[in-house]
This record gives sequence, structure tokens and C-alpha cells, in this order.
Amino acid sequence: MIRVGLPAHLRTLAGVGSEVLLDVPPDGADAVTLGAVLDALEASYPVLKGTIRDHRTGRRRAFVRFFACQDDLSHEPPDVALPAQVVNGSEPLLVVGAIAGG
Amino acid sequence: MSGVRVLVGTRKGAFVLTSDGKRADWKVSGPHFPGWEIYHLKGSPADPDRLYVSQSTGWFGQQIQRSDDGGGTWEPVGNEFSYDGIPGTHQWYDGTPHPWEFARVWHLEPSLHDPDVVYAGVEDAALFKSVDGGKTWQELSGLRNHDTGSHWAPGAGGMCLHTIVLDPVNTGRMFAAISAAGAFRSDDDGQTWRPVTKGLRSEFMPEPEAEIGHCVHRIAMHPARPDVLYMQKHWDVMRSDDAGESWHEISGDLPTDFGFPISVHAHEPETVYVVPITSDSQHFPPDGRLRVYRSRVGGNEWQPLTAGLPQENCYVNVLRDAMDIDSLDECGVYFGTTGGQVYASADGGDHWSAIVRDLPAVLSVEVQTLP
Repeated sequence: MIRVGLPAHLRTLAGVGSEVLLDVPPDGADAVTLGAVLDALEASYPVLKGTIRDHRTGRRRAFVRFFACQDDLSHEPPDVALPAQVVNGSEPLLVVGAIAGG
Repeated sequence: MSGVRVLVGTRKGAFVLTSDGKRADWKVSGPHFPGWEIYHLKGSPADPDRLYVSQSTGWFGQQIQRSDDGGGTWEPVGNEFSYDGIPGTHQWYDGTPHPWEFARVWHLEPSLHDPDVVYAGVEDAALFKSVDGGKTWQELSGLRNHDTGSHWAPGAGGMCLHTIVLDPVNTGRMFAAISAAGAFRSDDDGQTWRPVTKGLRSEFMPEPEAEIGHCVHRIAMHPARPDVLYMQKHWDVMRSDDAGESWHEISGDLPTDFGFPISVHAHEPETVYVVPITSDSQHFPPDGRLRVYRSRVGGNEWQPLTAGLPQENCYVNVLRDAMDIDSLDECGVYFGTTGGQVYASADGGDHWSAIVRDLPAVLSVEVQTLP
């Protein structure tokens, strides 16, 4: 199972705890991609559609970042393969809201 | 006994204030959606327990929440607001073309007749409609695609469609106001639109009486007399007696005619309320004194209402959607401030008291009179 960590506002919105578990099967290249996990996340929690990626363009929203295993995946394309530790569930994919005041 | 429910949108959540018809003791519920900006929430006139909420943050975008039990429980509904076709550009602050980009819903206006029908005014300025209780939204693109659309430019708060007024008498007629494009009217349920700005004058514009470019802050109508409209403009309080075909100034003896909200008494169509603000560069009451002004003759002659309101060291603002009235026999008037106070008067504005004092900055106040 893939573990996805969500920021507080999205946890409240989706009615979930600090992490959600998603069953995302590997693709033909035996990889699990960032885009596939986000697709699965939105399929399981439709209320999150539009909150992480733009409805129309599919682009990451400006104040949202993706991290896994200490690496910033925010600027990677959707078909980037996630690290093995994320795929085997030992590390989460983190969806992070930018730090800002107000 | 009848009661009142006051729906308050703030920078950090929504609050629901309820009282019986005496309006003396209040119950405060909230924050609902804590931490989110609640630009507006409003109940359906056809089903008062049906509420719609605009919930947003800069981080995670727009949500629309719906309640079918008067705010007891909520359900997220549709949040996809896609402009019709290729949106094109409007003018940016410096006059250069800027792509139309959805930012947030400023105002939700439920249908007068059908609880599943609701209109949304959004930034960048456009009008959307849902006919399925907010699950899906379609743009009424006749407004944004008006010949002048590419020349619209934002006000300081963004290019927002913030006012939607539905005519209860003339079928199909509705009004919309956009900062800083102006006022528009449709006579065919929002399919086509035309500017209704004749008589408006805005000195900041290269052509002060141009058709487009006026920073209209709010329009109010009394439902029994829908051809009479009152407008608080960036500067100037205005009135139309012909459904927007022409406007004339009614600022009269106001200490300043800058402000944001404007409301009409529930039972007296010539009684109007405004909250004068010092200037466009000083968004607080003149002299630190929070005064609502009331005209009982449809404008020009205004009376300050101060009893119960702070008369020294008060430097809050009252935003465009943050004043409303109830329709009990003795009309109640309500407004919220950027300092987090919600003030109420149960006697048409003669006496005021704070229902709550320390909410986050208030963005909107809507009042429901319950049976």
C-alpha cells in the first residue's frame, strides 16, 4: 500500500487522519508514478479534486509541494516513478502546503 | 415564535448566529470550516435550511459546501468552475492583456424559487449557475463575453463579480456588479447582458463617464419595488429609478460617500443604510467613529446612527457583503466588521449591540428570517 501524507486542511476536508493508504498497482514498467498515486488519491477522495492539481490543466497548484524520501518531487512530471521505499510502504509520499503566515 | 439566523463568513471560518424574534439572546455556532476563508454563505429563499458556502484558501483552491439542515451538517459539492470556451484576456492593472484565471467564488446567490438553483459570482469576473444544488457549475458566458469584456480591469481586491441581484417581479431580470467593470443587467435569465452605468461618474477613469470601468461596490433592491436600485460605488452613493437605465447621485449630506455595503429596510423601500468610510486610501470610519447612516427618504438626507456603536478609536472596515437586514415586523439590521464584531439592531438602526466581538475579520453577513 502507498502511504500519502496530507496537510491539515486537506485531512479535514477529506475526513481522514494524517496519512491515507492507497492500493496503486505498478504500471507496465513495474513502476508506480506520482501521477498514478494522485489519480488514486482523487478517486478515493473526490473532494480533493482541484485542491492539489488544477481541474482543467492537471498542474500542481502553486502553493502545494510533493516530497518523498527527502527529495522534492514538486517539479517532476506526472510519470516520474516513485522511490521503492514509497512503493513498498516504508516511506510516505508527502503532499505539503507552502509555509505562509496570515 | 419566529427567529433569525445570521450567517457570517470570516477570514478563518463560518459562524452561524441564531436568536428568537426578540433578538436579545444569541447562540453562536462555529467556526465551521476552521482556517478556511469563507467569502460568503447564503440560504435559499425557497428552503431556508438549504445553505450554500464559498470556502477557499490560496493553497488548496475553492470548495462549495452545502447544508440541508440549516448549518447543522455540511456536504462538499462541486468545485469545478471552468470558463466557457477559450477564456481569452482582460486588462491587467497596467492596461496589458491578462489571461482570465479563476481564483475564488465571492458571492453565492440562491434562486428565489428553486433551492437547487444557485448563481456564483467569481474572480476573475464571471457568472456561473448550478441547477443541481451546487454539484456542477456552468458559466453564463454571455456576461464575460460581452463586447467590453476584454477591457475590464481589476480593482485592488481583484477582478471580482461580487453582487448578484435577482428581480422577484420581472421574470428573467437580474443584475450583476463587477469591480472594476461596472453594473450589468440581463433580461433573459443571464444569457445576455448589457452595461447599465449611465449617470455613473468615476474621476479616476480617463473618461469619467465611460460605459465600462466603474468600481461598483454593491447594489441593493427592495423586492416590492424592483425598478429602484441603490448603489454604493467606490465613491458616490447612487440611485436608479428605472432598473439601472440611468443613475443619479444621492450622497447628499453624508460625511463621505466612500464605502462598501448598502442595504434597504425590509418594509420601507425608501429607507436605506450605508456605512461611510473615510476614503479609498483610508478604509476606516471618519474620525474613528463607527456610524451607520440611514436615509428615510431614498437618499440625499442622511442621519447618523451611533447608539451602541464605538465612537472613538474605531478603525475597522465593513465590507460589501457584510451588511443585511431581517424582515421581522420591526426590521433588524446587521453588519460585521474587519475587527470581528457583528453588530445588530432590532429597531431599524436606532440602537445597536454586538452579538459577538472577537471573530476573525468578517467578510460577509447574510440574515435569514425564520418562521
